[in-house]
Amino acid sequence: MQTQTHAPAPTSTAPQLPQVTLPRNPGMPLDLDWVARAQTNTSAIERRCATLPGRRSVKKAYQAAWLAKAITLIDLTTLSGDDTPGRVRRLCAKGRQPLRADLNTALGLPPLTTGAICVYHEMVATAVDALQSTGIPVAAVSTGFPAGLSPFHTRIAEIEASVAAGAAEIDIVISRRHVLTGDWQALYDETCAYRAACGDAHVKAILATGELGSLRNVARASLVCMMAGADFIKTSTGKEPVNATLPVTLVMLRAIRDYADRTGHKVGYKPAGGISKAKDALVYMAMIRDELGPRWVQPDLFRFGASSLLNDIERQLEHHVTGRYSASHRHPMG
Amino acid sequence: MTDVADIFATLEYGPAPEADGEVRAWLAAKAPFGHVIDGAQAVGDGFKTHNPATGEVLAEVSQGTAADVDAAVKAARRAQPEWAALSGHQRARHLYALARQVQKHARALAVLETLDTGKPIRESRDIDLPLVARHFYYHAGMAQLMAENLPGREAIGVCGQIIPWNFPLLMLAWKVAPALAMGNTVVLKPAEQTPLTALMFAELAQAAGLPKGVLNIVTGDGTTGAALVAHPDVDKIAFTGSTTVGRAIREATAGTGKALTLELGGKSPYIVFDDADIDSAVEGLVDAIWFNGGQVCCAGARLLVHEAIADRFHDKLKARMDGLRMGDPLDKCIDVGSLIAASDCARVAALVEQTEGEVYQAGPVPQTGAFYPPTLITGLHSSDPLMQEEIFGPVLVSTTFRTPVEAVQLANNTRYGLAASLWTENVNLALDLAPKLEAGIIWVNATNLMDAAAGFGGTKESGFGREGGWAGLRAYTKPVGDAKKLPALHIPTGEMAAAGPLDRTPKLYIGGKQARPDGGYVRGVFGPKGACLGEVAEANRKDIRNAVEAAAKASGWSKTSGHLRAQILYYMAENLSARADEFAARLHAQTGQDGTAEVEAALDRLFTCAAWADKYEGRATGVPIRGIALGMPSPVGVIGAFAAEQTPLLAMVSVVGAAMAMGNRLVLAAPETAPLTATDFYQVLDTSDVPGGVINILTGSHAELAPHLAGHMEVDACWSFSSTDISSVIEREAAGNLKRTWVNYGQTHDFAAPQMDRFLEAATEVKTIWVPYGE
Repeated sequence: MQTQTHAPAPTSTAPQLPQVTLPRNPGMPLDLDWVARAQTNTSAIERRCATLPGRRSVKKAYQAAWLAKAITLIDLTTLSGDDTPGRVRRLCAKGRQPLRADLNTALGLPPLTTGAICVYHEMVATAVDALQSTGIPVAAVSTGFPAGLSPFHTRIAEIEASVAAGAAEIDIVISRRHVLTGDWQALYDETCAYRAACGDAHVKAILATGELGSLRNVARASLVCMMAGADFIKTSTGKEPVNATLPVTLVMLRAIRDYADRTGHKVGYKPAGGISKAKDALVYMAMIRDELGPRWVQPDLFRFGASSLLNDIERQLEHHVTGRYSASHRHPMG
Repeated sequence: MTDVADIFATLEYGPAPEADGEVRAWLAAKAPFGHVIDGAQAVGDGFKTHNPATGEVLAEVSQGTAADVDAAVKAARRAQPEWAALSGHQRARHLYALARQVQKHARALAVLETLDTGKPIRESRDIDLPLVARHFYYHAGMAQLMAENLPGREAIGVCGQIIPWNFPLLMLAWKVAPALAMGNTVVLKPAEQTPLTALMFAELAQAAGLPKGVLNIVTGDGTTGAALVAHPDVDKIAFTGSTTVGRAIREATAGTGKALTLELGGKSPYIVFDDADIDSAVEGLVDAIWFNGGQVCCAGARLLVHEAIADRFHDKLKARMDGLRMGDPLDKCIDVGSLIAASDCARVAALVEQTEGEVYQAGPVPQTGAFYPPTLITGLHSSDPLMQEEIFGPVLVSTTFRTPVEAVQLANNTRYGLAASLWTENVNLALDLAPKLEAGIIWVNATNLMDAAAGFGGTKESGFGREGGWAGLRAYTKPVGDAKKLPALHIPTGEMAAAGPLDRTPKLYIGGKQARPDGGYVRGVFGPKGACLGEVAEANRKDIRNAVEAAAKASGWSKTSGHLRAQILYYMAENLSARADEFAARLHAQTGQDGTAEVEAALDRLFTCAAWADKYEGRATGVPIRGIALGMPSPVGVIGAFAAEQTPLLAMVSVVGAAMAMGNRLVLAAPETAPLTATDFYQVLDTSDVPGGVINILTGSHAELAPHLAGHMEVDACWSFSSTDISSVIEREAAGNLKRTWVNYGQTHDFAAPQMDRFLEAATEVKTIWVPYGE
């Protein structure tokens, strides 16, 4: 049964980097036996996912609190070819105050911020500047995002450049070909190299699950990336045909749990792409809470990679505060 | 209101209650409830039905008396001819309307179900109600197709249906939908603990225009059910519930000619191999044993886990148990509700207290109401009573196995045979083991999947008959046509005399050899005019013991291919044909009839049986999942049969041929007036490569042998075409291990018509194997 006691969790104003509250995942030697043992039964996984929304429901104040928490879990993201410093500054301003002040106050919560701002390398410096003294980290997508097929040395250099520009988190993309050809050693070596290049910045390994072919491959790639020292594992770039899904999430969460059981290290999880409704966010949070425990539903261990989700949450929270259904234009755009 | 800031820090789940206002208003407006008989309310002396989660009284309902049952049966009898005379399409429209009614009122029905049973609203809303509607839709289709697809079958008549409290409305649907579709009328007795959704359903049915008298509901306790079982004008009893009550019903209906289907208890194995998706197998147990608090006949209650992964598996399972949320069943954020009554908590607790295993329980448990925590007991061996007895609560018992062979042995080491789950990512292992598990339903990498299109029902002491699919319709139809009363048995007598130049007294045929009768007695065989034809052995109960032992040992026959069995049946025909004159002469000597035509008919029948041996195929059923449900006919096992005295050779060959064709082993009591035809047949068996023990033949008195053969615990089915009145004793004795029976109630069977569908159906059990797939 679920108990009333919980591990201490960082508050929304505390620093959100995992290394501040928890020891970083140092990685471990590649254990190919473990990788080979990983099994996923797609039908059973889908059944668990299909029934979860019927098993878990949060209402009223609980829903408001969960949605407020969801805001703090968002990596507010812009990854467009037409990004400009102005656009990024506006996004950062939204990240600093994601919820309209009157609503934030009405909920009785300290000022909320999003989990991070996520941009391409070129925008890192702008974002770092815009977020000075907020404690909000800047995450940079890297390593030839989204395909990860640029020359290896430029991928490493890209990480180093983003870290030098002030990025605290690097969202790397793995080489899908290593997974598809079963070359786990190559995937491990590549991820270790990325981790080394990141230094103190933490590594979010994007598996691009929509291109891995099977849930079994997702499980195996998750394990290899954690063994190589990933601080987070992340589903998608948002550019694949299929992005975050509940079945993929369940597989990755179970891999994280196994890794924690074996090593004692908590690795974070980030679903990205396709989560745009407050209701969907609650299902993801319930899944993480039930599979990994409430400690994992905090910004140092969980992020939503999303851009339109925030607006839907804002509208739901206004409804909670006022009792009236809201409209998008009542909330400042990011 | 709880502070948002506090919840923000802890991320607790709060209360999420489903509204019950409308349902409570309905209860207040309608109570006290009466029976629904002939479309009208009949209020009698009442008793109270409770919400087990709180103990509160929900409503007063009526206790059905024998007079109420009689009135309901009369109403059903009056309505039946007209209902059966409707076209299939017209009945389909009625069933379609019922399905629509269920869907339109699904939420109210779900809330009422949860109030009355204590099951979580998620289960009544997301599982029970959709399946209820599905059953009515599916069987609307069956009514539509009946005329074209079930030629020669008609409604049985008035069906008495007695259902349990664990799935009140779903069991109603499983029983009522096929019965009505096939043109039967119904008297339904809901469980005394949970009568309310049946009453709401009756109201909806009435509003939908179901003719009065077609569906009657009599509420009450076990005495009401007993009155329904005992009523002489009920044509069929369908029961779902405990094995104890099922056995009592089998005894009570013995010899009455009432058709009977029983869906009883189980102790279903849940087998996890080391190559399974362990986390999914752990999650599956939540649906296997904590679904409806384990109060599910097909609950995966016996965990058999590969020794290599047992510790890790148990650790993961305990962690998962800690995440289960128990509480108010109307809460939408609850996994486990209450049991059906506080007395059940005490019963389960007493069972758990006596165990020698290691007990792990998830807690805490709500202080009021009939709540019992999800429980895991590890370190048990098959000798522990908790590994054998059905607990019918949220208690999982666990043991380990080493090899696939041992897993099957442990899985089958039970009196029950309802369901089994099997978890492995190895398709070879899954498809090899599924047919070896003795159960009516096998789930591969899944559990508790059910659908109207897939047969549901057990083997062994889990009962007989199937619900759902085409197989389920057999239980609500009978062959068109009138059987005649058999003439009384007349065994000719005469003076003992030498029957030939050299004494040739046949013995019994057991295990492929002739064996002397244990008792050491023989009886004379005489022609109709008293001529002495020879002597045959007088078998007794010990000969039955020996014959059944030989049959049980010949289990390899059940694993042979249909092609091989066909070859042997053709070979038998060949060898019978070679002795055609001899058999014809013997028939003439014993019966006075010309035997030539009968021998020809027997050859024809052996060919028919041989033909079917490799053609009685299963069915891949379309169920609404990504996957298939395979309905595979499997042999019943060991069949005991009493041969017919009419057309003795043709009748015997029909029984032998059908049993063999489907892979069964047979213990056959020879026709009493023509035993020499059976003993002559030894030679045919001996020369046709029939493996020893597949066919065993005893001569002697049917009346003497019937209780022992029907009562033998290793016999799986008992048939009688005998002229001796043994139907009653067979059905009564069959209650011991709930073997399937097919008896003639003193009526003739027309062996001239092959009626192979009846033989093949009786010689097989449909095993439904669910195989979800997807990568």
